[in-house]
Amino acid sequence: MTPTAPIAQKPRTDVNPVRIYTLRIDGRDVSGREDETILTVARQNGIFIPTLCHLDGLAERGACRLCIVEIQGSPKLFAACVTLVKQDMDVITDSARIRDYRRKILELIFSERNHVCAVCVVNGNCELQDLAVKLGMTHVRYDYLNPPQSVDASHPRFSLDHNRCVLCLRCIRVCKDIEGASTWDISGRGIHARIISDLNQPWGESETCTGCGKCVQVCPTGALSEKGKSVAEMTKRPQFLPYLQMMRKEAEI
Amino acid sequence: MSPPTTKTRIATIWLDGCSGCHMSLLDIDARLAAVAGSIDLVFSPLVDTRTYPQNVDVCFIEGAASSGEDVEKLHLIRRNTRQVVAFGDCAVTGNVPGMRNRFALREVLTRSYLENATHQPRIPDRDIPHLFERVRPVHAFIDVEMFLPGCPPAADAIFEVLSALLEGRPPDLAGRARFG
Repeated sequence: MTPTAPIAQKPRTDVNPVRIYTLRIDGRDVSGREDETILTVARQNGIFIPTLCHLDGLAERGACRLCIVEIQGSPKLFAACVTLVKQDMDVITDSARIRDYRRKILELIFSERNHVCAVCVVNGNCELQDLAVKLGMTHVRYDYLNPPQSVDASHPRFSLDHNRCVLCLRCIRVCKDIEGASTWDISGRGIHARIISDLNQPWGESETCTGCGKCVQVCPTGALSEKGKSVAEMTKRPQFLPYLQMMRKEAEI
Repeated sequence: MSPPTTKTRIATIWLDGCSGCHMSLLDIDARLAAVAGSIDLVFSPLVDTRTYPQNVDVCFIEGAASSGEDVEKLHLIRRNTRQVVAFGDCAVTGNVPGMRNRFALREVLTRSYLENATHQPRIPDRDIPHLFERVRPVHAFIDVEMFLPGCPPAADAIFEVLSALLEGRPPDLAGRARFG
């Protein structure tokens, strides 16, 4: 920023103060800003809600539904990551019904692609594998679909293994919102949905990919990995994200 | 469970897997010797018995079910066993043997026995069990009392399951077992 550039003012909070709501989560009285989600407020208060597609620093997507919670007075389940807090809301984050659905969601994710932890590059460092332990998923009750999925190893430094993809879309979000390249997108619907680079071209031939590797670091599973890493050798480092956003915010002000 | 005055009758079996789970079982080491007095290993790749006995308390099943013979064994085990443990990832998920499921069986056999054979390439068609089109976990065929994931399960996890079964309590696998 040059010294002559206009300096952006901090938004005045005294003219339009953010509303603070009080609500209950798991019987505890908590408070949250009107623009905060149930997930944010729960985490601020040390209440655990499992997540998979959510990542601190990325826009919410509400894709995986693992963060479903009950709100008293409604028969619906709500995704905590995309539901804003309201005054007097009474949230339940853990019940037999919620545990049952979360486990089913996880089992469906495991059965939909080919998640073979034993031979996976992120074995031991995988958010999906960890969730199975955390949510007590000892086995999958559905038939495995074993779909024929491909591996795109055309990029010189990274590879994309569709067998391990859970369609959390973190890669798409980080590429568009943080890197600004919009290399990743999604094609197809439902069970046919898959991640594509550019216009469904090999990743290595992408003209938009900057090779920054942010997508690889935020990927919760072994779907995106660094080349040259063997079984259980890859560790993801998504911690850069909130830090990067904090730095950018400070630079703006 | 059998009365406390008699030994617990334990069986182990190895279906479509690599025997790594049995190796991990042996990795329990000295602690295995400590419980040896209270168990009777009635059927296992580690002992000489040829036929699966009756009245077995616990059977640890390693490996996935890939052939008619595997499924026959599973039903035989189920009929004669009080508690069945799906022992390791192959038994629980299909795991590595199940990686062939995305290919047609014919493709797999052609690749293994014709394309990669250097001496008298021939797909075996007699004297050995007929492979299923798809490899499936143990619980796809029989009821399973306990799932012990891991490739292989850690010796600590196996010992915890074994101890729990001997003591008649539910095992505490928290932090001890996971897939992979």
